[in-house]
Amino acid sequence: MDNKELKRIANQVRKNIVTGVHAAKSGHPGGSLSAADIFTYLYFEEMHVDPKNPRDPDRDRFVLSKGHCAPGYYGALAEKGFFPREDMKTLRHTGSYLQGHPNMNDVPGVDMSTGSLGQGISTAVGMALAGKLKKKDYRVYTLLGDGEIEEGQVWEAAMFAGNHELDNLVVIVDNNNLQIDGPITEVNSPYPIDRKFEAFNFHVINVADGNDFDQLRAAFKEAREIKGRPTAIIAKTVKGKGVSFMENQVGWHGKAPNDEEYAVAMADLEKIDEEVNA
Amino acid sequence: MADVKKIATRESYGNALVELGKEHDDLIVLDADLAGATKTGIFKKAFPDRHIDCGIAEADMMGIAAGLSTCGFVPFASSFAMFAAGRAFEQVRNTIGYPHLNVKIGATHAGISVGEDGASHQCNEDIALMRTIPGMTIIVPSDDIEAKAAVKAAYAFEGPVYMRFGRLAVPVINDRPDYRFEIGKGILLREGSDLTIIATGLEVNSALEAAEKLAADGISAEVINIHTIKPLDEELVIRSASKTGKVVTVEEHNIIGGLGGAVAEVLSEKCPTKVHRIGVNDRFGESGPAVELLHKYGLDGEGVYNNIKAWLQ
Repeated sequence: MDNKELKRIANQVRKNIVTGVHAAKSGHPGGSLSAADIFTYLYFEEMHVDPKNPRDPDRDRFVLSKGHCAPGYYGALAEKGFFPREDMKTLRHTGSYLQGHPNMNDVPGVDMSTGSLGQGISTAVGMALAGKLKKKDYRVYTLLGDGEIEEGQVWEAAMFAGNHELDNLVVIVDNNNLQIDGPITEVNSPYPIDRKFEAFNFHVINVADGNDFDQLRAAFKEAREIKGRPTAIIAKTVKGKGVSFMENQVGWHGKAPNDEEYAVAMADLEKIDEEVNA
Repeated sequence: MADVKKIATRESYGNALVELGKEHDDLIVLDADLAGATKTGIFKKAFPDRHIDCGIAEADMMGIAAGLSTCGFVPFASSFAMFAAGRAFEQVRNTIGYPHLNVKIGATHAGISVGEDGASHQCNEDIALMRTIPGMTIIVPSDDIEAKAAVKAAYAFEGPVYMRFGRLAVPVINDRPDYRFEIGKGILLREGSDLTIIATGLEVNSALEAAEKLAADGISAEVINIHTIKPLDEELVIRSASKTGKVVTVEEHNIIGGLGGAVAEVLSEKCPTKVHRIGVNDRFGESGPAVELLHKYGLDGEGVYNNIKAWLQ
C-alpha cells in the first residue's frame, strides 16, 4: 500500500476518533491521534489479520497496552472491516460494545482487554512466549504510552522479554512527550527511553517522526530482521496530531471536543484529505 | 494421631500438576522464584520446557499467564497467596478476571500456618480479595486428596480459578471410596442436629475434631466441608441451617470477607440464622511454629471446640 493510501486511511481513523470522542462527550483524543499513523501502519501494512476470521490462531497479535487510546484502535479496526465505522458514534455509551477501554470479548479484532496501564505489555510477552513454545511464526505487537512506561510492570515484562530473546515481539512507545499531569520530563521522566530498553536486551529503533509512513515502514522492516532479541520502536509523535487546536496540548489528553470544536476538528481533517488527494 | 498420614496441600498441587502434565500438552506452569516452596519445582523436574520462572515479578507473571491463555495454553500461575492475591490483585482483576481468561492461580502458603515467616507472609485476606472479582472460582482444599482433585477439576473447568494451598502438612481426611469432588458442591461430612459447623481448608479437620468433642458433651454437630468458597453451595448451607438453626464457620482467614462472610451473606438474605464466625479475628499474624500458632489463635480442634462451647452458653 502506498503512502497516499495509508495517509488517506489514517485521516479517516482520525475522523473516527474525533467522531467517537465527540459523541461520547468523553475519552482520550490526544494519544489516539498521535498513534493514528501507527495503528494504520500496523493494520494495513504490517500485521496479518483477517476481519472475517478474527480469532485465527495463526494471526499476528496486537495489544493496546495504553488502553485509553481505544478510540484510535477502534478507528483502525473499523476501517479494516472488523465492525461498521458508524458504530464509533456509540463509543462509551451505555450498552455499546465499544467500551471506554477495549474488551476482547466484545470487540471483534481486539486480542486483549486493557486499560490499566503497564499490564498489556505482559500479556503481549505471554503471547510471544506462546508463539515460541508452539513454534508458530506469528508476531506480537504492543503499543505503550511514554507516560505508561513509568509503571514498574513494564520493566518486569521488558526484563522477561529480553532474557527470553522474544524476537517475535515488537514494543512500540508512542513518545508524544505528554501525560495527564504535564510533559513527561516534568512529571517523572522516563528518558532515556532507548537506553533503558537497550539495557533490557532489546534492539532499539528510534523513529524521529512516528507520524511519517516512510519512517514507520523502515522501522518495522528493520524489526522483522532482528533475531534473538525483541525490538522496541521509540516513535516520536505529536499528541493530538491532525487537529490544529489539539496538537501538543496536554489539555486534550482526556477531553472531548464540544460541538464547535468538533466542527473545527473535522474541517482540519477535511483539509488534510484535500492535501492527500491533491 | 501419630499414625495419620499428613501431607501439605502445596505438595499435592505440585504432584497433581505432574499427573495432569503427562496427559495434557497444553498445561503450562508459571512461578515467581518460589518453585521450591510452591512445589511447582516437582513439575519443573518432570517438564522443564513447560515450567516458566518469571522471577520475582508476580504482576508480570499474571499478565504472561493471561497472554498464554489466549494462545492455547492452560496456565497455572503460582506464588504465595500474599503475592498471588495481594501483590497481583489488580492484574488478576483486570487482566484475568475482567476478560474471564482461562488462567488457574495456585496460591500456596495461605493463612497463619505459614508459621515462622510471620505476618508479612501470612495471607489472611486472599479469599476476601478474590471473592470480589466477578466470575472468579475459589477453591480451598482440606487435604491431599481434595487438593489433587481440585487441581484436576480446575484444569477441566473453563475460566479463572483461584486455588488456596497450605504450607503445613495436614492429615488426610478424605480417604474413602465414596469421596467425590465437584466444583461448587459442599460435602456433608457428619450429620448433626444441634448446630452446623461449616469449615474450609485445614480447618475442616479442626471442625471434625471439635464435633467429636462436642458429641462427648451431648451436643450433636453437623459438619460441612465447603471446599469451593465461590460459587458457594447455598443449597447445602441453607438446608443445614434450616435444620440445626445455628451455624458456625471456621477458616484460617480473616473473619471478614472469607467463608464466614460468604455464609453470613447467604443466610442473612435467604434463611436468617444465628451465625458465629471463627477465624483470624481481624488482626495480623506473627512468627512461630505453625501448629503452635493454630493453637494460639484457637484454630486447632481444641480451640474450635472451646470457642463453640463458649458461644453456645
